[in-house]
Amino acid sequence: MLTLDNLHLQLGDFRLEADLAITTGARVALMGPSGAGKTTLLSAIAGFLAPQSGRILWNGADITGMPPGDRPLSILFQDQNLFPHLTVAQNIGLGLDPKLRLSAQDRDRIEATLARVGLTGLGARKPAQLSGGQQSRVALARALLRARPMLLLDEPFAALGPALKGEMLALCAEMAREQGTTVLMVSHDPQDARALCPETVLVAEGRALAPQPTGVLLDDPPPVLAEYLGQTRRDQV
Amino acid sequence: MKPAGAAPRHPARAAVRTLTAQGWPARIAAILVAAAILGPLAAVIRHAGGLSGLGSGDIDALWFTLWQAAVSAVLSCLLAVPVARALARRRFPGRGLLISLMGAPFILPTVVAAMGLVAVFGRRGMVNAGLEALGLPGVTVYGAQGVILAHVFLNLPLAVRMVLHGWQAVPSERLRLAAALGFGRAEVARHIERPMLRAVLPGAFLAIFLVCLTSFAIALTLGGGPRATTVELAIYQAFRFDADAGRAAALALVQIGVSVIALLASLALTAPPAFGAGLDRADAPPVRGARVKDALVLGAATLFLLLPLATILLRGLPALFDLPPSILRAAGTSVAIALGSTVLTLALALPLALAAPRARWAEVAGTLPMTASSLVLGTGLFLILRPFVNPVTLALPVTLLANALMSLPFALRLLMPEARALRADYDRLAASLGLRGLARLRLLDLPRLARPLGFSAGLAAAFSMGDLGVITLFSDGQRQTLPLALYQLMGAYRMDLAAAAACLLMALTFALFWAFDRIGQNADPR
Repeated sequence: MLTLDNLHLQLGDFRLEADLAITTGARVALMGPSGAGKTTLLSAIAGFLAPQSGRILWNGADITGMPPGDRPLSILFQDQNLFPHLTVAQNIGLGLDPKLRLSAQDRDRIEATLARVGLTGLGARKPAQLSGGQQSRVALARALLRARPMLLLDEPFAALGPALKGEMLALCAEMAREQGTTVLMVSHDPQDARALCPETVLVAEGRALAPQPTGVLLDDPPPVLAEYLGQTRRDQV
Repeated sequence: MKPAGAAPRHPARAAVRTLTAQGWPARIAAILVAAAILGPLAAVIRHAGGLSGLGSGDIDALWFTLWQAAVSAVLSCLLAVPVARALARRRFPGRGLLISLMGAPFILPTVVAAMGLVAVFGRRGMVNAGLEALGLPGVTVYGAQGVILAHVFLNLPLAVRMVLHGWQAVPSERLRLAAALGFGRAEVARHIERPMLRAVLPGAFLAIFLVCLTSFAIALTLGGGPRATTVELAIYQAFRFDADAGRAAALALVQIGVSVIALLASLALTAPPAFGAGLDRADAPPVRGARVKDALVLGAATLFLLLPLATILLRGLPALFDLPPSILRAAGTSVAIALGSTVLTLALALPLALAAPRARWAEVAGTLPMTASSLVLGTGLFLILRPFVNPVTLALPVTLLANALMSLPFALRLLMPEARALRADYDRLAASLGLRGLARLRLLDLPRLARPLGFSAGLAAAFSMGDLGVITLFSDGQRQTLPLALYQLMGAYRMDLAAAAACLLMALTFALFWAFDRIGQNADPR
């Protein structure tokens, strides 16, 4: 279980409070207006932003001061998820050993994971030689190999087209189900949230609220979310 | 994100600190640089005992230093404008090669430049031979005019590249608009060139002025006497001829003052880097006519820059195999010092550059060597070492150290933009994967920085190879570098051997630069 215990974040003038818990294996969407602090909250959980006060706990253990790479999680950023000078196989291999000392067995696992995400035989390529969707798959393959208990998605597929994005999210959900991964995903799209995340954390007005059932929240949204969703609906027309 | 180095009031700050965990190597490098620069400066200040030891000749030296630097910079900039204009608006075979050649004087050993100018403009050079044939009075390459001539020779190409860079930075849209409006030469000059020059020339002037302020080897070979002695040369003379360490220290104090003021001025006005590659653009500024004028300008500039070097080659190559073993030994010493000082430069510059985006002190430490000229550093180190050892026995290690320190600011300037981009793009990803320490260095920092590292190493090796500075203070004649040996051959008027030594020095300098730059390019995984 991930517990945000009275967490206070500050970034310049911006403040965010969170005091909530997410059960192991849950798939949770983070929704809220732009600039409400969804990415900030993920950054804090991933270890890129030290909280002003409060604690972050995983299964009761305090991980507030733990270096990002040691935390029980993998994160996919909006961009820069791959090192462009390393091959696909090396990028994935970093998930097994940051020093890239890979055994023959490791290499087999990398090859198998590549096959699993539909990139068989592309291990020797550089990221620039892949399409956007394929690059996302490489990042996902690395997360799959790292097999950390949590997966944080900070809109890594935003640059892909709607069909490709849906496909990638479905792949994430499938992986998460297999490994029992807890997923936290920033989402702008209520349909994505409904399809993949049974629960939603509403981030608005300086607070991250406790998870609520996504369907209930979206069917009867509070004013701040309704306004935001109204905008998105108009945008989509 | 919180600024780096905030006090860890909360255990969670550790998370942020992992992003700046490259702190230790950078801290050590900063402390070493600070000790190596501030120690000698302190020794100089302590020994100088104020400025009372200075005579009127020393005031003249200060005046000449400022005056010749200003004149050299103004002339270089003025001459650069037509050359850059011609290069910007003409397309001809060999243009790329000519622009590349313009980069060469930046790493050309200054003593070789002096040698080349003596070969062309000296008493038995071709210019005087021509004048004599015409029944005209001869010219001399020694004295103030020689110092300025050499400074223009060395810095005109730098100014040309900076102005050309300015042309390149003019948006293509504006050039297309100018063409669409049927601009003539006068309109292009008024609406495009002049605003660009106003932005570029102050930086070019200051960069050249700064270089000429610390001129030593040129003043040593072509200057001297009451009318053409720079402060650096005066330090050397106080040391070598008068054995007056107190006066040398007082002069060094003057030079420090000049350097610090100049450094502060340059911080206020950041000059664009002009020694990078890729000075080309698809569309040239619109132009009609002036073909002959441009051809003449480019021809004259090329002749001025190539003739001295060509003369050295013609004279020196036949004598190359007559070079005595002592010269070859000096060459070996120079290469060894250059390699050592290159390693030291990179070992200091890399951690500082990686730390600099988040720690201002790292940049300050890497810029510190600019407060001390080569001779100031030499004087300070001499004063520090003298009570303990005979400084002469340490001539070569001290030269290695001084050369590395002098190259450090250049290397830092080259590495910092890339290091900043690297941190902005990949710090979070590296941290999220637990990539740190040596693994990060091997898998992320070194590959991403291979190109600027190779280029920095090339510059550091070339600077060290051609340096004629600290070694002149410490050498006893036994411990020699190739530039020093060349200087002594010139002093003894053994011009054929000097030309041969100059050929060797040029070849080794360019070979080292080329090799390191090449290694960097090949190691770049992109």
